Amino acid sequence: MWSRLANPHLFMGFSRYAIPLFYVVGVPVALWALYQGLWVVPKDEMQGGDIMRGMFIHVASAWLCLGLYTGLAVSSFVWFIWRHEVADVAARAIAPVGAVVTALCLLTGAIWGRPTWGEWWLWDDPRLMSTLALLFQYIGYMALRAALDTRQKAARAGAIMGMLGIILVFIVKYSVEFWSSIHQGASVTITEAPAMATVYLVPLLVGFIGQALIIGAIVMTVMRAEIYEQRSAAIMARKLGTM
Amino acid sequence: MTTNPAPLLSAFRQALAEAWAGGAGLILPFGFFAGTAMLVPFAVGSDPVILAQIGPGFLWLALALASLVTLERLFQADLQDGALDLWVQEGGSISLIALVKTLAHWLISGLPLVILTPLFAITFQVPADQTLPAMAAYALGGLTFFLWGGVAAALSASVARGGLLIALIAIPFYLPTMIFGTVTLTEGLDSAASLLLTALTLFALGVAPAAMGAALRLAAD
Repeated sequence: MWSRLANPHLFMGFSRYAIPLFYVVGVPVALWALYQGLWVVPKDEMQGGDIMRGMFIHVASAWLCLGLYTGLAVSSFVWFIWRHEVADVAARAIAPVGAVVTALCLLTGAIWGRPTWGEWWLWDDPRLMSTLALLFQYIGYMALRAALDTRQKAARAGAIMGMLGIILVFIVKYSVEFWSSIHQGASVTITEAPAMATVYLVPLLVGFIGQALIIGAIVMTVMRAEIYEQRSAAIMARKLGTM
Repeated sequence: MTTNPAPLLSAFRQALAEAWAGGAGLILPFGFFAGTAMLVPFAVGSDPVILAQIGPGFLWLALALASLVTLERLFQADLQDGALDLWVQEGGSISLIALVKTLAHWLISGLPLVILTPLFAITFQVPADQTLPAMAAYALGGLTFFLWGGVAAALSASVARGGLLIALIAIPFYLPTMIFGTVTLTEGLDSAASLLLTALTLFALGVAPAAMGAALRLAAD
């Protein structure tokens, strides 16, 4: 089913209805979770009191920045093997969004870290450092694409770099397990019962779904703009050719 | 696919000659590392305790810089004078040629640091039992730096002034090597860090040539 979206026309048809739907569902859901997180749930003294309410943004953005990079790498792979143009458009659209989400994750983490760890930033912490490297990976990816003069070259070089960068996602994910890190380990995993009280877990998961929908809508909007741009360039080329 | 060793050998010899003649033989890399090491006491003060702690880290930076600076024009000349097109036509492995060229540059610009390490260890008053781990770490780490730097150079081969771009692309890949490299220095050769450093080097040896080959193939057409 998903491979059908590789056809630009089908993608345009799908995203035309998906984007409004994602916003309509995502925004209220994210706002509800935010309201729950900021005002309703009891504060957790273990995690620094009221400051832990930032978790509902911080953890969701951490999942999203890894998920977005995985999406970028998978899109790069799909483009590299099958040359589906929509995959390249997706990889290109994900990069700036992913960079912003990673920056948001680092920022909220620093704000949380100041009162609980006593430091904004710790240079010797593997989780923090590898997330910073992920931000540089996003920026480097955009810089490489911008530096190459044709779209085709940018797509090919970008695909190779995008695929290689997937190593960083694993390093970020497992950094708290491999090395001693001040950052806590995963409280929510797919295979085991979460080590987090349900009061916190529900707003977190719901908020993540809401934010993921909003981010997905933003990425698809950027992709649509890109496809329109390519179409208009093609129409211009055709017109100039017939004159 | 017939493997003709001639392009490989000539690429190796040419890269070696380039690195050698471009830098007045081995004077340049030795001078670069010695000069950087000499700057350390001026930058951080001459307190022996601080020097022993910071000096080896400074040399990691020097090694990363050496790889980034020398690799800027690694593949650009081949692209401009058409050597790359000839290799593609020859039908041989571009990945092997890229690997061989990267190795040649590492031999000239990266390995001198390993040779100089015992000297630096004495001047920075690093404990004597850390000298051998340091040499191994600089050798493995330098090789990894040059391999990933080579990938960045191959990706930006068709960019006219790619120096800063290469650095930006390569730095996230340098990070794990640098982390394990510095830990290997302090924890010795039978630590988990040295095993992970070796694993990273082997991984780079396996993956980087393929990435360089793919990047160069697309730069050629």
